[in-house]
Amino acid sequence: MSASAPTMKERQAALKGLGTSRKRVEDARFTQGKGNYVDDIKLPGMLYGDFVRSQHAHAYVKSIDTSAALALPGVIAVLTAKDLEPLNLHWMPTLAGDKQMVLADGKVLFQGQEVAFVVAESRYIAADAIDLVQVEYEELQVLVDPFKAELPGAPVLREDIADATEGAHGPRRHPNHIFTWEMGEKEATESILDSAPVVAEEMVYYHRTHPCPLETCGSVASMDKVNGKLTLYGTFQAPHVVRTVASLLSGIAEHNIRVVSPDIGGGFGNKVGVYPGYVCSIVASIVTGLPVKWVEDRMENLMSTAFARDYWMQGKIAATEDGKILGLWCHTTADHGAFDACADPTKFPAGFMNICTGSYDIGTAYLAVDGIYTNKAPGGVAYRCSFRVTEAAYFIERMIEVLAIKLNMDAAELRLKNFIRKEQFPYHSALGWEYDSGDYHTAWNKALEAVKYTELRAEQAEKVKAFKAGETRQLMGIGLCHFTEIVGAGPVKNCDILGMGMFDSCEIRIHPTGSAIARLGTISQGQGHATTFAQILASEIGIPADDITIEEGDTDTAPYGLGTYGSRSTPVAGAATAMAGRKIRAKAQMIAAYLLEVHDNDVEWEVDRFVVKGAPERFKTMQEIAYASYNQAIPGVEPGLEAVSYYDPPNMTYPFGAYICVMDIDVDTGTTSIRQFYALDDCGTRINPMIIEGQVHGGLTEALAIALGQEIAYDELGNVKTGTLMDFFIPTAWETPNYTTDYTETPSPHHPIGAKGVGESPNVGGVPCFSNAINDAFRPFGLTHTHMPHDHWRIWQTANKLGLHD
Amino acid sequence: MIPGTFEYHQPDTVQAALALLNELGDDARVLAGGHSLIPMMKLRLAMPEHLIDLRLINDLKFIRIESEMVHVGAMTTQHELIDHAELAQRVPIIRETSLQIGDPQIRYQGTIGGNVANGDPGNDMPGLMQCLDATFTLLGADGEREVPAREFYEAAYFTARDDMEILTSIRFPVSSGGYAYEKQKRKIGDYATAAAAVLLRKADDGSSCAFASIAMTNLADTPIYCEDASQLLQDQGVTDSSIEAAVDSCIASIEPVDDNRGPVEFKKHAAAQITRRAIKTAWSRT
Repeated sequence: MSASAPTMKERQAALKGLGTSRKRVEDARFTQGKGNYVDDIKLPGMLYGDFVRSQHAHAYVKSIDTSAALALPGVIAVLTAKDLEPLNLHWMPTLAGDKQMVLADGKVLFQGQEVAFVVAESRYIAADAIDLVQVEYEELQVLVDPFKAELPGAPVLREDIADATEGAHGPRRHPNHIFTWEMGEKEATESILDSAPVVAEEMVYYHRTHPCPLETCGSVASMDKVNGKLTLYGTFQAPHVVRTVASLLSGIAEHNIRVVSPDIGGGFGNKVGVYPGYVCSIVASIVTGLPVKWVEDRMENLMSTAFARDYWMQGKIAATEDGKILGLWCHTTADHGAFDACADPTKFPAGFMNICTGSYDIGTAYLAVDGIYTNKAPGGVAYRCSFRVTEAAYFIERMIEVLAIKLNMDAAELRLKNFIRKEQFPYHSALGWEYDSGDYHTAWNKALEAVKYTELRAEQAEKVKAFKAGETRQLMGIGLCHFTEIVGAGPVKNCDILGMGMFDSCEIRIHPTGSAIARLGTISQGQGHATTFAQILASEIGIPADDITIEEGDTDTAPYGLGTYGSRSTPVAGAATAMAGRKIRAKAQMIAAYLLEVHDNDVEWEVDRFVVKGAPERFKTMQEIAYASYNQAIPGVEPGLEAVSYYDPPNMTYPFGAYICVMDIDVDTGTTSIRQFYALDDCGTRINPMIIEGQVHGGLTEALAIALGQEIAYDELGNVKTGTLMDFFIPTAWETPNYTTDYTETPSPHHPIGAKGVGESPNVGGVPCFSNAINDAFRPFGLTHTHMPHDHWRIWQTANKLGLHD
Repeated sequence: MIPGTFEYHQPDTVQAALALLNELGDDARVLAGGHSLIPMMKLRLAMPEHLIDLRLINDLKFIRIESEMVHVGAMTTQHELIDHAELAQRVPIIRETSLQIGDPQIRYQGTIGGNVANGDPGNDMPGLMQCLDATFTLLGADGEREVPAREFYEAAYFTARDDMEILTSIRFPVSSGGYAYEKQKRKIGDYATAAAAVLLRKADDGSSCAFASIAMTNLADTPIYCEDASQLLQDQGVTDSSIEAAVDSCIASIEPVDDNRGPVEFKKHAAAQITRRAIKTAWSRT
């Protein structure tokens, strides 16, 4: 062997496999403006669609006069519900088992609802034409408060199902009531609440917000009438499911539909659902025989597509006097807007809200969720979280603080006292989950030590003293959060969307010269799949990540999968990738043994090659094996080197983390300044630490936005008050603090490489952490809880109510 | 977010722009940096049939400092104001304020003329111009006339400028002494929740106040020049008690409205704090 032969370590490094901070291969095109997004797609003869939207939150549509619009030169068609009805497309099913109007069918139920779809030769003509469509409305009483939905005299919103006493998720008790979902033991929990030495109660509201990706939603539908094929480009987080739904809705055979998700400029749950714009662009293309593009603008995005959260969570938590938690009770009033369009696995109408026992060993618990219709936009998507996990984490992390106040105990100590212990895993929670793994005490203690927690509390006490002495108008808040997520949906036995099991897939082809392409059922929206999935494969099959192309998003080429959301890509498609890689390696082993003229079991895997046991100088690299698979007749082995894996995860994964935030608050202006933010994440095996850090920074910044001001607010008439980025808070670099990231590594025992997913952790853990800091600052002055968003005026109001301005 | 149809004109002299404006009449609007007008057009709240863009008119782009007076052309951008070394030295409050407008991208495009002429109560320059006692030059068919900034603003988007006039330049005296522009906002790029511009000068005795000027932004439907508060500080000097009296006077003169930035009581309280800080900062810089 020559002296220059690379060492095993060098060969390992050359792969850029697991654990490498490999630079993102996507960034070359993104940073140079060379991405290809839906709005970049221009097809010959393409037409443009635009919506006439309702300015009213609740009204009958008396008439729609399209004649003036149709008379405008360049206008090709104006679609209304009447035009869609013969195709049975004036309504469409939602992901939550409800149905939603595609175009207003007799009435409108929220401001911004789609009333008519104008199709024109240019985007500008379409915009001119929508002003010419005359819609006559008869205004109705508006319902914006979910707690008034079932009062006598409340308007009935969904007249189409007013008499239905049974919905997709069981009995309905009122025309404005959608479902009641119950988990856990009601009587046992209530009996604990009755007898427990200490019970803390609070109403915790997680306000309505919006994922607001930089790229709004849109689609280009192109119906080829000659060969009967429909091609649909769109902002889809789940392109394969969209194909199936499009086929079922339109009656076009599934093989005649090709769905393509090109580059997607952020999703965060906003692009999971099916929107009227997609349907209308398809219908318009079928009608006109020409491609039709629909891309919503920012205001339409905020007003009509997929809000998130809006959960009123009434909580009760019982404990002993020394702080051992005995039971947890939660009743949630879920404001779903006009249609139940939540993006949840079918059997989970409130998503995974039943992870709300959090990181704590709580023996008995009960959760009930009531879904309610109001005159607001539909949605209820998982905004950078796994199906209501963020709501659950916010609830329990606020309730822990509320309990700590009641017990007059330090909230960090209360957490330590109640964490599920390492040896309790796998842990069966009172609300039905099996936590796969965790080591909370280690993470928590590491976090407390990193921020010098004891010293922070001492400093805070000094600050309170100075405030009371009139020496400062600033308060200091210490926000704590230990969250446990449940991600990676999910096992087909209990997780499906519209009947499709939530597996995922990977298909690998090794080329003769030893490079490869892998295609997956997921679709990156900024997560960096092209980078990280190649790294998983590099470690599995010994081909450098740089030599592996990753492709997703084209249903004609990629294997079927359920898409990217809920931190499921790494736990599910990442597992499929590893498993497909292992199939490749198994075949490669046979080929290597044949080439080396030994028995299959006499070779062993070593980084990037098979080596004859005991004879390290005799080996075949993956490159050699790949070439042989194409040019040699190997007895009993098919030519080529390909594999496909469909992975049905045996369980979810349970990432966790310990976050601490230190914040200064000016009680007179309500302004805040984040002094320090420490984020420890345990996402199991770390594939690309740099991408993890980027994910954490991004997610924390979204969490900051939500906690400190980002909301979709309505006035009492159902008008959207936060319809532009002037009022809908998106932080810039200026508002974004420095973050310190850290980690522990507790691999998932059931995942092929032990990875758990990380994209959503910082949003899930960040929101309670920021909010707890605000609440904590006012704790010495008697505050138990104040609702988000903590924008300047609300913080000021909190201070004002506590008498701090007197 | 798609504007209606309009004709776009790009004259290269003020006279040509004025001729176009008078010829096209009410259907035309003058365009400076576009930060207010273009969004209004995209929302179709403004639908001018003609846009007269002033950006090619070099005569409207200048900063001159002559005999203790600063002259600024209307099409001077906020970035150019920030970047002008002599201006930063002679009237430092201009730079301090400009740096709190929008973000760098906005400031490369946004102009002082557009900012003061539009009459948007959220804009920062109108209040500052009242604080500096600036004078605006308006050019119409009948020639030039001058209007003091303190008399220019009538109501939100209503000013002393006639529709057929173009605001061509602004002048204000150089200011020695202490200065501060304090602005509370929700995030970069936002209009003020409350903002105050303050100029103070110490008398030769080294302790009393020779000159005071205070103006406030986005706390009424026009900028508010706080004449009484300014006089009070000038008369009583700058002490803890006179500051409180001046702040009370300022707050009495504003009329904030309840909006997404908060309720009236909050705005008054925050405005008081912002004004207090601005006075203290300005005095510390004298």
